[in-house]
Amino acid sequence: MTTVQANLTYYQQLNEQIRAIDDSEITVENVIGQRYIGCGSSNHTITIHGTPGNGLGQYLSGSTIEVFGNAQEAVGDTMNQGDIIIHGNVGDACGYGMRGGRIFIEGDCGYRGGIHMKAYEQHFPVIVIGGKAGSFLGEYQAGGLILVLGRGQDGAYPAGNFCGTGMHGGKIVLRCDKAPAGLPPQVLVSPASEEDLKHIAPYIEEYCCHFGGDAAALLTQQYYVLSPNPEAGYHQLYTYES
Amino acid sequence: MAIDFLYPQYEVVRNYDRCIACRACERQCANEVHFYDPEFEKMMVDESKCVNCHRCVSLCPTRALKIVKTDHTFKENANWTGKAISEVYRQAGSGGVLLSSMGNPEPYPIYWDKILINASQVTNPPIDPLREPMETKTFLGKKPGKIERDENGRLVPNMSPQLELNVPIMFSAMSYGSISYNAHESLARAACALGTYYNTGEGGLHQDFYQYGPHTIVQVASGRFGVHKDYLEAGAAIEIKMGQGAKPGIGGHLPGHKVGPDISKTRMIPEGTDAISPAPHHDIYSIEDLRQLVYSLKEATEYKKPVMVKIAAVHNVAAIASGIARSGADVICIDGYRGGTGAAPTRIRDNVGIPIELALAAVDQRLRDEGIRDQVSVVVGGSIRNSADLLKAIALGADACYIATSALLALGCHLCRSCQTGKCNWGIATQRPELVKRLNPDIGSQRLINLVTAWDHELKEMMGGMGINSIEALRGNRLMLRGLGLTQKELDILGIKHAGE
Repeated sequence: MTTVQANLTYYQQLNEQIRAIDDSEITVENVIGQRYIGCGSSNHTITIHGTPGNGLGQYLSGSTIEVFGNAQEAVGDTMNQGDIIIHGNVGDACGYGMRGGRIFIEGDCGYRGGIHMKAYEQHFPVIVIGGKAGSFLGEYQAGGLILVLGRGQDGAYPAGNFCGTGMHGGKIVLRCDKAPAGLPPQVLVSPASEEDLKHIAPYIEEYCCHFGGDAAALLTQQYYVLSPNPEAGYHQLYTYES
Repeated sequence: MAIDFLYPQYEVVRNYDRCIACRACERQCANEVHFYDPEFEKMMVDESKCVNCHRCVSLCPTRALKIVKTDHTFKENANWTGKAISEVYRQAGSGGVLLSSMGNPEPYPIYWDKILINASQVTNPPIDPLREPMETKTFLGKKPGKIERDENGRLVPNMSPQLELNVPIMFSAMSYGSISYNAHESLARAACALGTYYNTGEGGLHQDFYQYGPHTIVQVASGRFGVHKDYLEAGAAIEIKMGQGAKPGIGGHLPGHKVGPDISKTRMIPEGTDAISPAPHHDIYSIEDLRQLVYSLKEATEYKKPVMVKIAAVHNVAAIASGIARSGADVICIDGYRGGTGAAPTRIRDNVGIPIELALAAVDQRLRDEGIRDQVSVVVGGSIRNSADLLKAIALGADACYIATSALLALGCHLCRSCQTGKCNWGIATQRPELVKRLNPDIGSQRLINLVTAWDHELKEMMGGMGINSIEALRGNRLMLRGLGLTQKELDILGIKHAGE
């Protein structure tokens, strides 16, 4: 394992340094907001201590990134493969347009989480948010899974406004006592079925492996599934000559 | 319903003295206009399905067919034209949004046609391009603001990555999905042979076309379709699509029924699902956010490739371009309101955006005024129809031009503007295998090479006439242009004098 001290190094030099390391395991310490760490990375395990800046693991292509601290905007933006584990909260636009890989967030996620997530063949993107999510979660979702555990929310709805607007694939699963109200017309809400619970169980277990917590206890509680409403999809009726 | 009836726009005129009932027209027409009536032993037509694409006319062995605009008419009305009336009927009947293809066809002014080019006479004599070397090679990318030297006085190479174009013409973004595999192959091969670039559009890059990577610009748009590490690595440059001239301010929608097995693979979405590109990039709400995407792409490709940002020409284009120049982008691409599309809401296509001539002049002037013109190259598209438009664009300040409609015309497009139906009889805007194979990439790429080579020669000839032997000396050289029949305001925006001045 190779250790790099970030300190005041500018992000371009820091990332150049990280890319040049001939070791699949890299630890970066004292990170203070350097952007784009692990951008497009594959076949590496990158451990970060401190607070990485925007664009952490953007276009990630198979590496594992674990952050002991909070992360900022655009974590895992357009990522294709790999794991990002955040021992803290993340900022806005996390997992935008992601096609594969998984993001585990111990705490909360900012606005615009998981917008336009999509699945393809073996690629199935998953975002697990331990706490609550900001508004616009999963807008335009086309595939994959967004799971919000709502820890510390006392069973209250753990997302914000406009959750799932324009959704046309995939699903959002929320842990809360009552079915969320006031969601956009593109979203259907139903209590989680046995099958849904079976689907989310391994992700909850993995979440608890990373951050602690009682997976079995979490699983016995009430979940609601948000899925696209085929009746109110993104279809617009067109008319044209001939 | 009777009130929904619209008389067909075109009539198919068949000369029965010439028609031998070979049924070629019937086989060629995916719209099923022609059919054979065995009882009368003659060819019949349903002209209501005709889009006037000329496929049958072009392939009739006895030249028995022609298509004419119908003279059937509503009562003449300069305000309520037949088109305006028909559109109301169509929307009242369907409740639908009017959809159109290709560029804005409305009779707005075409500034290219009101600009004239200079030539030398006695002094600074003309140059003959056949006899003397003429330079049209163009480099796109950020130019260093100053020469840097190390402590020993040696030059420090500080040149940002550049795209090298043998001719100042590139093929602009058209996705695999909006156009066919064979159309893409034709563009890719022509770009390689010409020493220029084609653009994937937001459809990903087909595995077969990675071999043309050094002449490919890969696009990253709001849906991020087909975007992954290998794709970014494959291209010579990366273009962030913020907007498109034909439909500024709105996103895209490739309906699920067009997402077949091959399209599914390149877009990296499941077969049969809608491919929706949201109107904005939801990770870009500001110039700072744009800068973040630009630099994330540079980081992902280790600063080896220029990053381009494409926008539609809209009212505040100069201010927007100034922001983009400061975002770290290497090239700004501006798409005028005449730019083509595979499908756009008609009202948006025909009413939103501004002419590329005015947008280009405004952007170039603004970047010069702010002293940041060298930080970016400027590429324009949105109806460059010929080499004169190209030359005028360069003289107004463009580094290079994007062409797409002209390129499709070279491939056989007849501008019937029915791309959205997916039944292109010329094998361009379709995914139906029996239609796609009508476009032969050997012939298609050669025709594109012919077109661009001819334009390049014409460009050199016009430059020679002005006594200019290098494209650098033409760029932004507005003294070589004069306006004709333009108002003082228009001349001021274009930064040119009136003819005779």
